[in-house]
Amino acid sequence: MREGPGPPAARNKGARTANVTDRFRRPFAADYPARSLHPGAWWLWALGLGTAASRSTNPLLLGLVLAVAGFVVAARRSTQPWADAYGVFLRLGLIVIAIRTVLHIVFGGGFGSTVLVTLPQAPLPGWASGVRIGGPVTAEGLVAAVTDGLRLAVLLACVGAANALANPKRLLRSLPAALYEVSVAVVVTLSTAPQLITSARQVRRARQLRGDRARGPRVLRTVLVPVLQDALDRSIALAAAMDSRGYGRTAGVPPAVRRATAAMLLAGLLGMCIGVYGLLDAGSPVLIGLPMLLLGAAMAAGGLLLAARRVPRTRYRPDRWRAREAAVALSGLAAVVAVLAAEALGDTDLVPPVAPLTWPSLPLLPAVGVLAAVLPAWVAPSPDSPPEAAA
Amino acid sequence: MIRFDDVTITYPDAEAPAVSGVALHVPEGELCVVVGRTGSGKSTLLSAVNGLVPHFTGGRLTGRVLVGGRDTRSHPPRELADLVGMVGQDPVAGFVTDSVEEELAYAMESIGLPPAVMRRRVEETLDLLGLAELRDRSLATLSGGQQQRVAIGAALTAHPRVLVLDEPTSALDPGAAEEVLAALHRLVHDLGVTVLVAEHRLERVAQFADRVVWLPGGGAAPVAGPVGEVLARSPVAPPVVRLGQLAGWHPPPVSIRDARRRAAPLRERLSAARSVSGEWCQDTIYDSRGGVAGAGVVVRYPQRVAVRGVDLRVGAGERVAIMGRNGSGKSSLLWALQGSGPRHGGDVLVGGEDPARLQPAKRRKAVGLVPQQAADLLYRESVRAECAQADAETGAAPGRTRALLDGIVPDIDGDAHPRDLSEGQRLAVALAVTLAAAPAALLLDEPTRGLDYLAKAALAAVLRRLAAEGTAVLLATHDVEFVAEYADRVVLLADGEVIADGPVADVVTSSPVFAPQVAKVLAPQRWLTVGQVERALAGGGG
Repeated sequence: MREGPGPPAARNKGARTANVTDRFRRPFAADYPARSLHPGAWWLWALGLGTAASRSTNPLLLGLVLAVAGFVVAARRSTQPWADAYGVFLRLGLIVIAIRTVLHIVFGGGFGSTVLVTLPQAPLPGWASGVRIGGPVTAEGLVAAVTDGLRLAVLLACVGAANALANPKRLLRSLPAALYEVSVAVVVTLSTAPQLITSARQVRRARQLRGDRARGPRVLRTVLVPVLQDALDRSIALAAAMDSRGYGRTAGVPPAVRRATAAMLLAGLLGMCIGVYGLLDAGSPVLIGLPMLLLGAAMAAGGLLLAARRVPRTRYRPDRWRAREAAVALSGLAAVVAVLAAEALGDTDLVPPVAPLTWPSLPLLPAVGVLAAVLPAWVAPSPDSPPEAAA
Repeated sequence: MIRFDDVTITYPDAEAPAVSGVALHVPEGELCVVVGRTGSGKSTLLSAVNGLVPHFTGGRLTGRVLVGGRDTRSHPPRELADLVGMVGQDPVAGFVTDSVEEELAYAMESIGLPPAVMRRRVEETLDLLGLAELRDRSLATLSGGQQQRVAIGAALTAHPRVLVLDEPTSALDPGAAEEVLAALHRLVHDLGVTVLVAEHRLERVAQFADRVVWLPGGGAAPVAGPVGEVLARSPVAPPVVRLGQLAGWHPPPVSIRDARRRAAPLRERLSAARSVSGEWCQDTIYDSRGGVAGAGVVVRYPQRVAVRGVDLRVGAGERVAIMGRNGSGKSSLLWALQGSGPRHGGDVLVGGEDPARLQPAKRRKAVGLVPQQAADLLYRESVRAECAQADAETGAAPGRTRALLDGIVPDIDGDAHPRDLSEGQRLAVALAVTLAAAPAALLLDEPTRGLDYLAKAALAAVLRRLAAEGTAVLLATHDVEFVAEYADRVVLLADGEVIADGPVADVVTSSPVFAPQVAKVLAPQRWLTVGQVERALAGGGG
């Protein structure tokens, strides 16, 4: 397909040289067919950054993570509707910081000596000892609360970045075959919402034609009923179409395999939950962190592979895992590894002490790791997806 | 390829079977058209081919349906997906994905074809149906004809040996319909696909058919046979067949070409009689004070201008049709004239007032509009409640709407739910509800969609009567045959502008796309309908 016209001999020769240069240039060549990056790569990258952020309360490092994620989103997001997710998650993060701070002021932390203001303290009965409402607000406590909120907000921002960069529908398409039915349900729901709005608008216009200006409960009857009937008709038509097109063809699987599949999936998910907890919670032993996560993931993957035998589907032009995807995922992983390594080396700048208050300094190794995660801003293909935006 | 052995299908809770005694064999590579009145069981018959009836819909099927040697009794639709491609009435309702390429691949993914095969077939299908430029487009942004072609392509990629289509062209303008039919024709001739298609617009498909199956309805066994002969016997037949019957040609022709080759003597007989040109407009002088008048009407949407400064006056008692491509601004213009839709420029006057400034209840007494989805107007549980509601809304005497309804289509069961009625009956109820307010002008958006020839003739008669009583009638449609029967003036719209406005005979005979069949057969004489020819022959002593 990349060959131009020309006499056969010349074309062959051209093809061979093209092949060689291709193999050499392929990974990051700008003219490489710019189908979008595998959504899984973006999620791995974002989760890597997020995990790195969750292990630190250093505002400088957290700010760096935020800047890196924001920069990559700005450089590589598309014009599609989901691309605004980053902004939404940033706002959500601000709310989280605000709540965390207010909670701290109201319920007090009470450590540190730099009292900024003393709120009136509500007297509580004896059994509530340990809980306090009001009282002195210290600078140290406030800083601890804000940085803690900031950590959560940055984690949210990383999730937002993944949402903004990866097409959610394509991510669903990349799910394992065993989860296919779930992903179809989600996709259908996603496309039904706009249809409902169109349908409601149509019916309301038709109501005006009858001179009907119903308000309140009567609107439910005159607008909602036809809209729901319409939605029901549509779903039945869609179900019939999907059935006609082979949806739900299954291959026979013996019951023993089915039970093994279910057991492996459950155990795997449990293992992954424990592993993620261990990894995000800095206080838990190293052993139940990464190793548990890997074990759980392996079990779950095995279960999914087994389950996939039930679904004879194949996939058209699946998103492939190539050098670019690996580079993007690795750059995210670099951030985690750097932070974990710094932790193991006992870098105190990761969680700077708040009492006494000092200006934190940027931990060198984690900063380098987080900076590596800015790589996708150049490595990932530019999402100038052509005709859709024009239409 | 498709064999029905004494098939009878009864839906649950139905008193009579939907179709009965069907014995039918469609050989490989044939294009077979299923005809019949609305509600005669066409869709039921089509859905039985891939087992949607009764596996999906429920109901009881006796007899046997064999497709390519597989019995639908033991094979549910999904197990027949590699053998039968199914294209439903509304292509959009059947789309599962959101881009053209993925939609084309969907059936192949379900069947489990290897990726290399899928890739090749998608490319082939894109070329076959002329969709290559649209491959990355989102399905929602396509035109009606493009969507229909994608739906056909999506059914084709699995390489089915049978393709079943339910009314593939009824929502399309003449140009888009031709696109789709050309694609079908190519499939039958180049790939040998067996095609079974149901369609009301027989003037579009009859010429491509190898055979016709007529469902008489009411439990009678279907009649299958050569196209012209079966159509001549059935109540639904395109004008060219009716013209052939009138002229005594046997077998009746189904294509314009066949008919023209035999039409020379008929043209001679007719040239003695008076031709239609000028007949319509000279006889009638319309009351310019009544009716609805728009001047410089502009309707804008965020991305485009739908109507660009249209001047249009429909006098009291005048019958006008607006035609034009899908998306040429017909609906927007109707809604703007009625006053409920947006209008960003220009003036509209009905009886000296701008309907957009009136209260909705008063507005409908000035201008009534039957929207494209007539069912949107209806929301009560029964026809009786709907009629009573309309009486109450408009302050009409109780029973007025029901009387109007009986004048349009008699004998509709008052207890029936509007959704259970046939398209024609539902349109009649919506029309009666609109007319309850006795509007000075009546606008209709695509009223003939889903109507068979008899229902269309009945609608034309109702509209003529209304016009004769002094109502200004304006409708938007793609249906050239209906326009020839109903209208006395045609306005052609393109890209939001009026490109032609004049008597029907002048406008439609000058355009190959909009000319009715009779005009094509008898050109250069200007006859539009079989009825005119019949009257001329009778009057001219023929």
